[in-house]
Amino acid sequence: MAAFFYKDRGNNIMDNTRKKKMKKETFWAYAFILIPLCTFMVFTIYPVVSSIITSFQDYKPLGSEWVGFANYISTFKSSLFYKALKNTAVYTVITVPIAILMSFIVSVMILPFRKGIQSFFKGAFYLPAIASGVAMSFVWKWIYDPLPSGLLNSVVRFFGIENQNWLGSSKTAMASLIIMAVFAGLGQNIIIYIAALLGIDPTYYEAADIDGSTFLQKVRYVVWPLVKPTTIFLAITSVINGFQSFQTAYLMTGGGPDNATTMAGLLIFNRAFKYFEYGEACAQALLLAVIIAIFAVFQFKLSANDVEY
Amino acid sequence: MGLFRRYGEKEKYKEIIRNVILAAVLICLAVITLFPIYYMIISSFGAPTEAGGASYSLIPKSFSLDSYKFFFDYSEYSLRWILNSMLVAGVVTLCNVIFASLAGYAFAKLRFPGCKFFFFLLLVAMMIPYQVTQVPLYILVVNVLKLQDTYVALIAPTLVTCYNVFLAKQFFTSLPTSVIESAKIEGCSQPLIVWKIVMPLSKTILAVMAITTFLGEWNTFFWPFLVCNSEKMQTIQVGLKNFSFANTTYFAPMMAGATISALPMFILFFSLQRYFLEGVTVGAVKG
Repeated sequence: MAAFFYKDRGNNIMDNTRKKKMKKETFWAYAFILIPLCTFMVFTIYPVVSSIITSFQDYKPLGSEWVGFANYISTFKSSLFYKALKNTAVYTVITVPIAILMSFIVSVMILPFRKGIQSFFKGAFYLPAIASGVAMSFVWKWIYDPLPSGLLNSVVRFFGIENQNWLGSSKTAMASLIIMAVFAGLGQNIIIYIAALLGIDPTYYEAADIDGSTFLQKVRYVVWPLVKPTTIFLAITSVINGFQSFQTAYLMTGGGPDNATTMAGLLIFNRAFKYFEYGEACAQALLLAVIIAIFAVFQFKLSANDVEY
Repeated sequence: MGLFRRYGEKEKYKEIIRNVILAAVLICLAVITLFPIYYMIISSFGAPTEAGGASYSLIPKSFSLDSYKFFFDYSEYSLRWILNSMLVAGVVTLCNVIFASLAGYAFAKLRFPGCKFFFFLLLVAMMIPYQVTQVPLYILVVNVLKLQDTYVALIAPTLVTCYNVFLAKQFFTSLPTSVIESAKIEGCSQPLIVWKIVMPLSKTILAVMAITTFLGEWNTFFWPFLVCNSEKMQTIQVGLKNFSFANTTYFAPMMAGATISALPMFILFFSLQRYFLEGVTVGAVKG
């Protein structure tokens, strides 16, 4: 009886201390996430909710007016919205595959070298990514100088191409931004690809050798399928970034000439901070978010079906 | 390297020829990508008087620091822009490392009611494009809280980013729970566990987080541009833009400014290259 009593008490004490410990743990857990949680609440969750509300309003500092779907309707009616979407799509659809393919080829080329040389090239390609976008866009602006003495114009004259007004003509403005974006984003992709390439088990190559495959066959049938998850990751993140791009167009062309380089990010910025139509800007931003979400899910589904091993 | 060498192949000269060709192509490409940076740096040593018809020489003809002097004389706040950037980026980085690792630890190793829900909230918040939040955030900070031209406005929205909490959580999950359990049995309190056990075990990931955060914050343009009206409170990136619009013809001083804004990052990069490169691949490559 006594033994039973003690055992019981012992159990009770254990339970109590465990409960206390759990309580303590819970307390600390909440304490640890308190500040991040507050930051998200104030600077992310609240703005999202507020954005949805504002998109149905005509924003005024002292009491906004409820206007229903008017902001969405005027967005869908404006031809500039479609033009911006088209520009964004063109920019993304051209930049992303070129950048990914180029960085894949360069990464395969870097692979046979010693570790020291590998990191030298990694550093060299990555350096433009760490220079500030503002500084780089200044430099590129001068590379694209429209005068005959401009740098790129001097280069193309050497190949017998006539003088171009790179950023000033609607024919070449978008192409100029795309070239810049491809070179700026190269380094990051290369580093990610090399990490993926180094993770491939060399026995795959040996097996391919025994089957008598050539170098190109190995790249096509061994390497490319094996780095597919990396390619998908890069594709999705680059597309999302491409859809959100704002800074380059804003600093380089300001959206011109004739809105040839106005992309969704810039369109929303102008709506909000140039014309101060906050309601419509919010409506456009939400539409953009929906488009990005649909695209990301679609791309993810599509590529998930495609993986075949 | 099995991709390039065939099994049992012994012709050494072929390998050398191949490597030379590859190196040549790679160097050509590297020259193209590095060219804007080279151009920026050499142009910054030109004389500030070379306005208008700027000379596009690829080899510097004269070496002078006048353009740098011009840059610092241009606005009485030129130096302050850099200090502002340092302060904002420094505080943001410090806060991110501390708060993100605390929250990451809580999500990774502690059980508490609402744990899954809050983490889900975090993931959702990470997916939202910044365009959605920019307008309400601007209204909140500038119109409601009246924080325009303050350090609080520059720092607060990025005090802890969702991405960093996520990163910390992912890494801390891989730490052995047994170590933490035994510390608990020894009577170690939770904050002490984070400070004495979790953080020392994850120095690399914390360094990576610090560097990527600092880099991002130093180079950020959009938010400081929105909330800083007075020149006094601008960061270097915003100040730089100011500068270009006021005086588009002063090419060399503009490049001097660009070099000044990029230089701290280059120095950081060359001294801590390993962490920078790790910062790119973290979360991207599995296995």
